[in-house]
Amino acid sequence: MPALLEVERLTRRFGGVVALDDVTLSVEQGETVGLIGPNGAGKTTLFNCVTGVLRPDDGEVRFGRGPMESLTGLAPHDIAQCGITRTFQNVRLFSGMSVLENVLVGTYIRTHAGLISSMLPSAEARREERWAQDRAMGLLELVGLAGRSHEMAGALPFGLQRRLEIARALSSDPALLLLDEPAAGLNAAEKQALLQLIEQLKGQGLTTFLIEHDMRVVMPISDRVVVLDYGKKIAEGPPKLVQENPRVIEAYLGTSTTVNREP
Amino acid sequence: MEGFRNQTVRWAIGVIAALALPILNPNPYHLDVLTNALLYALLALGLNLIVGLAGLLHLGYAAFFAIGAYTYGLLNLHWHWPFWIGMIPAAIVAGLSGVCLGVPALRVRGDYLAIVTLGFGEIVRIAFTNLEQWTGGPNGLLGIAHPKIWIPGRGLIDFGVASMPYYYLVCITTAAVAVVCVRLSRSRIGRAWVAIREDELAASCMGVPVLQLKLLAQGCGGAIAGLAGAIFASKQGTVTPDSFDFILSVMVLAMVVLGGLGSIRGAILGALLLGSLPELLRWFEQYRMLLFGLTMIVMMRLRPQGLFGRSSQGLAPDRAHAGSA
Ligand SMILES: Nc1ncnc2c1ncn2[C@@H]1O[C@H](COP(=O)(O)OP(=O)(O)O)[C@@H](O)[C@H]1O
Ligand SMILES: [Mg+2]
Repeated sequence: MPALLEVERLTRRFGGVVALDDVTLSVEQGETVGLIGPNGAGKTTLFNCVTGVLRPDDGEVRFGRGPMESLTGLAPHDIAQCGITRTFQNVRLFSGMSVLENVLVGTYIRTHAGLISSMLPSAEARREERWAQDRAMGLLELVGLAGRSHEMAGALPFGLQRRLEIARALSSDPALLLLDEPAAGLNAAEKQALLQLIEQLKGQGLTTFLIEHDMRVVMPISDRVVVLDYGKKIAEGPPKLVQENPRVIEAYLGTSTTVNREP
Repeated sequence: MEGFRNQTVRWAIGVIAALALPILNPNPYHLDVLTNALLYALLALGLNLIVGLAGLLHLGYAAFFAIGAYTYGLLNLHWHWPFWIGMIPAAIVAGLSGVCLGVPALRVRGDYLAIVTLGFGEIVRIAFTNLEQWTGGPNGLLGIAHPKIWIPGRGLIDFGVASMPYYYLVCITTAAVAVVCVRLSRSRIGRAWVAIREDELAASCMGVPVLQLKLLAQGCGGAIAGLAGAIFASKQGTVTPDSFDFILSVMVLAMVVLGGLGSIRGAILGALLLGSLPELLRWFEQYRMLLFGLTMIVMMRLRPQGLFGRSSQGLAPDRAHAGSA
């Protein structure tokens, strides 16, 4: 399978902290790749560099179905337009908007009505709006929120907020979905439902790159796992092998019992 | 769909009542007060796009009103542009100045943006005061033409200093702009504005071009204020810089906040309340600012989302958007 995302020698520092240290990895089309590592290993920083939220100090991110294009210097909205969308570790919904509107915001880049056709009656804009509404409702159905489409996003229970965030990220029909700890804060049943959802998306051919702090969650759904520790890639491979890798075991044991490196 | 129809009916009743009012109560003083309040409503609709939808705190909004008023005034005095044509460049110039202000100003956020826009408002007013050879300085522009319309059988009629024609002019303009604002707020652009207000970073990661949309909000809001400015100039026949001071910016902001940030009905109602009450309660004149301050404090305590704003209740207070992305 050809690569969809290539991260090459990516480095990002925060003052003295090297959050990403010369990280190289790739995600292939159709794959589900897990990114694991202890707290503070640099996982979120990697997502932030890929989505343009942060500028890397060094290295390059390339992306593309077919010819690869460099994402260096692009703004987050350009990168979304290229086909990468994401969720956030601390859910960032538009809490004052309805559930449906949250998902509709994601269709912005797939619709084109300009200022004038948004202000005045326009058949084209109406058609487009109906398309966006249908797409958004379809995604809400997929994540099991269709019945709550008119509630305020901020009023949803946390588990559903996480699902809504996934629907919002999917609404622009991305080629690559980045999930930052989608299972964090969920109870066992919600985790199970989430795994099912990710499986289902995989069945539809979506490429997913997901961060998961908890190895037990990420193992069953990942085709491949990449492990970060102190900003460095320390292991990569099929879940089974990675799980038995002594460096990985050490990284996990070493940090969970002594220091927590997240601020 | 049902809700949509109900709303249409309610709007229709409001518009019909507004149109019938001068026939039921032709008292020119009352009409004048209402006309002023509706002009405030027009301003509030524009500011609501900037502050209410896009979430950009703007404290110099009166400047756009001034730019519209002076644009029409100058075009009329120097080149005899009639009101109906002059109001178009007035809106365009004010809108463009909103965009131009946005280019440097939108690099800063929150409190800093408030300070930059406040400075802009003052600079524009002081510039109009000091550019004497063009603007007439502190005395302003005098003798700006009132609008004229041609009525079959009665010929060309000048609006003059009558109250009723201005009431209708402002009423119809405000209603039309309100309809446009409602449509806009329900469009992809309106949703993108609100998304920026709610969480700028998340919005940009969903593909919303944040800077471009903020400029658009400033441009649209500025254009509406420019239109209001042209109407104001044509009604007064004179414009002086002191009509466009900081207090005006604050008043319009108070109207938008009272009505509920982002709510179009709210902006109109807030403007009608705060714009007409102090006029009708004459003895209140001196306490006007006190009234605004108190209203704001009471609203913030009891109903921070305003009269018609939506609340995102159920939100845990610690779920702030702080911390790493
Ligand atoms: N915006 C930031 N400013 C300063 N330091 C940061 C910032 N973001 C992350 N860091 C630091 O970078 C390191 C990696 O953080 P992060 O990528 O969030 O880790 P992870 O997601 O793997 O838990 C941590 O030491 C963290 O303190
Ligand atoms: Mg993280």
